[in-house]
Amino acid sequence: MTVTSVSLLSRIWLSWLTSLRILFDGRFAARVALLAEGQVQPESPRPVPEAPGKEAAQPPANAALQLLTLLQREGRFVDFVQQELATFSDADIGAAARVVHEGCRRAIRAHARVVSVRNEAEGASLTIERASEDVKLVGNVAGAAPFRGVLRHRGWRIEELTLPTVVGAHDPTLVAPAELELS
Amino acid sequence: MSAKFVVGIDLGTTHSALALAPLGESEERVSVLEIEQLVSAGALAKRALLPSFLYFAHESEGQLSLPWDAERRFAVGEFARSRGAEAPQRVIASAKSWLSYGGIDRRAGNLPLGAPDDIEKISPVEASFRFLDHLNEAFRAARPADGDLAEQEVVLTVPASFDAGARDLTVEAALAAGFEQVTLLEEPQAALYAWIERNGEAWRSHLQAGDRVLVIDIGGGTTDFSLIDAVEQDGSLGLSRVAVGDHILLGGDNMDLALAHVVGQELAAQGKELDRFQLGALSHACRGAKEKLLSDATLEQVAVVLPSRGSQLLGGTIRGELRREQVERYLLDGFFPAVAATDLPKPRARAGLTQVGLPYASDAAITRHLAAFLARHAFADPKTSATDARPPSAILFNGGVLKAEVLRARVIDTLNGWLEQRGADKARVLPGEDLDLAVARGAAYYGLVRHGRGLRIRGGTARAYYVGIESPMPALPGLEPPVFALCVAPFGMEEGTQAALPPQELLVVVGEPVTFRFFGSSTRRSDPAGSVLERWRPGELEELPPIELVLPAAGRAAGDVVAVHLQASVTAIGTLKLEAIAQVAIVPDERWQIELSVRGSSSGSA
Repeated sequence: MTVTSVSLLSRIWLSWLTSLRILFDGRFAARVALLAEGQVQPESPRPVPEAPGKEAAQPPANAALQLLTLLQREGRFVDFVQQELATFSDADIGAAARVVHEGCRRAIRAHARVVSVRNEAEGASLTIERASEDVKLVGNVAGAAPFRGVLRHRGWRIEELTLPTVVGAHDPTLVAPAELELS
Repeated sequence: MSAKFVVGIDLGTTHSALALAPLGESEERVSVLEIEQLVSAGALAKRALLPSFLYFAHESEGQLSLPWDAERRFAVGEFARSRGAEAPQRVIASAKSWLSYGGIDRRAGNLPLGAPDDIEKISPVEASFRFLDHLNEAFRAARPADGDLAEQEVVLTVPASFDAGARDLTVEAALAAGFEQVTLLEEPQAALYAWIERNGEAWRSHLQAGDRVLVIDIGGGTTDFSLIDAVEQDGSLGLSRVAVGDHILLGGDNMDLALAHVVGQELAAQGKELDRFQLGALSHACRGAKEKLLSDATLEQVAVVLPSRGSQLLGGTIRGELRREQVERYLLDGFFPAVAATDLPKPRARAGLTQVGLPYASDAAITRHLAAFLARHAFADPKTSATDARPPSAILFNGGVLKAEVLRARVIDTLNGWLEQRGADKARVLPGEDLDLAVARGAAYYGLVRHGRGLRIRGGTARAYYVGIESPMPALPGLEPPVFALCVAPFGMEEGTQAALPPQELLVVVGEPVTFRFFGSSTRRSDPAGSVLERWRPGELEELPPIELVLPAAGRAAGDVVAVHLQASVTAIGTLKLEAIAQVAIVPDERWQIELSVRGSSSGSA
């Protein structure tokens, strides 16, 4: 299963990839905040493809649940975002972040190929010949192509996504079952 | 139907892998088949490696469905391994080590050890069959047009140190899986074949006649050594495997356990007690930390973090660390100490099957095992070594442990120190790749070689085999009669050949099982079949599980004593066959097959 036709999935990946960085990278968070205030819209959102009558394709909701299950199992992602941080020291948060980072990274690397959209260094000058979905224009957005500017974020793209195939009857909403230890 | 592929299967102690090469195509390339397996409950994915774990589901878990079997009650692979950590009585690990352990009946249901009553235990042979069967199922699922592995030519790898009985049992598992065109190959040879395949024809420029290659293969559970000579053969270069090492149950898993033990003790000293689950997680975390420290010389320590078991990740998570100094002390100096060539391991215990805890101290030092191997086969000392002892000139590494540059460097430095002391040239390293998958790849390439597509490593059987016969002596109270060793199979028998018939006759009572003591030697290379050893040097002969012969009463009177000769042959598969041939036959070609791998009586029980 490749993701080229399922941009919703790419966005789920991107959203969690960036969510951790927003939490731990103040500068990055500030840039995201700027973006949010700027109310910049993507030019032409790709239509979410539907797969009518195709048994092989799983509904996107199930894929998202599967992804959360994977991130919880490998990296305790749901545990982490469900807990309040306020009362804990940075050392505690750091220890937990290692668990989340290491596990989620392992999960991603096993199931997806993440590449950057632009290979230039962030902060470098860049000229693009025409507008495209690949590069979002921010700041003084006006005029016509070519566009000259400074690359702020290199962007991410999921080139290949291979989620585990679901077999048997399992409740997909159960991202982590309760555990009962028998002695 | 003729085979479309040659398939190489690395049936490993901790992981298995499968590679294949198409037959009869102009370009015969070896590729690795990714193996579909359960990776968690209800989730199926493909992985290059299949963890060699078998998990039996509890009734509370429902089915462990696979696309090809919705009703399945057991799992093989990644899910079996991770679920096995949560419910350890329900999982079989290291089945291959049990397969080579004569202390239990390897055809009887005794695994998992200590399983609860609802599990019908299975034998090491059946566990191996399950892994092979899963590979077959994954092959069928991945290549529905290509039929079944049973229709392909299968090359199955075994440790060079496996004795004739363990090889037999491996073939038994393969036959149970339906693989009728199966051949055995020693793993270190497979690693060298993989190296040849990688280098193409250029390999001949890396090796010259006179070179002796030391293959060091350290896997998750076992360590295996072999010496392979480059020789002049009909005017061109040939290869010949001249020596194999003992079966050493020591590998990467022991190293991770040792480090987990070190970090666990530190945490305990800080008042952080770990439960069994966290100890399992610690071993896993230490493996990751070890790999980071070994691959990045600038790191001084790496955090080892154990997630809390409850849903509250913050607060309950335990943080420890693994320091470079600890890795060097416990891993480098514990498992790879820079020892002298004369520093041999303490006599090894036959039953080194430690699942938990550390089989440390006495024999964890791989470099000492290497010293012992080379003392026997490479460093000429007329008192202890084989006749053509000669130091190695090249090294080929294999096995996941040796991905770490630091460990390879320690082995090279230690070995070169020994060579230098003896005035020999330093050994050079043959660049290997893909240390996890080389054995499977090399096995598939060997399949092509058998079709004449490349050079074959000669060598034949890695041991000479002997039966013990009691010497005719008057009985003395308190003294066991001395045992002589009658050579029945000489060293280096090639596939499809037969040994000479030893003139000695053995007496067997009709209708009763007769058990003979059985010995192997990897150093006595020139005893012909029929030679009798009255004494041998310590360590020269290794006692193997006994062999058993039953002459059916049919045609003869029960209680009769029949004189037989024992004759050995090596089958096309690569297994040793021992037959008893009646001295006076009552029907034409009267002969009986001898059982090679009966239950050991001497050591241990399940």
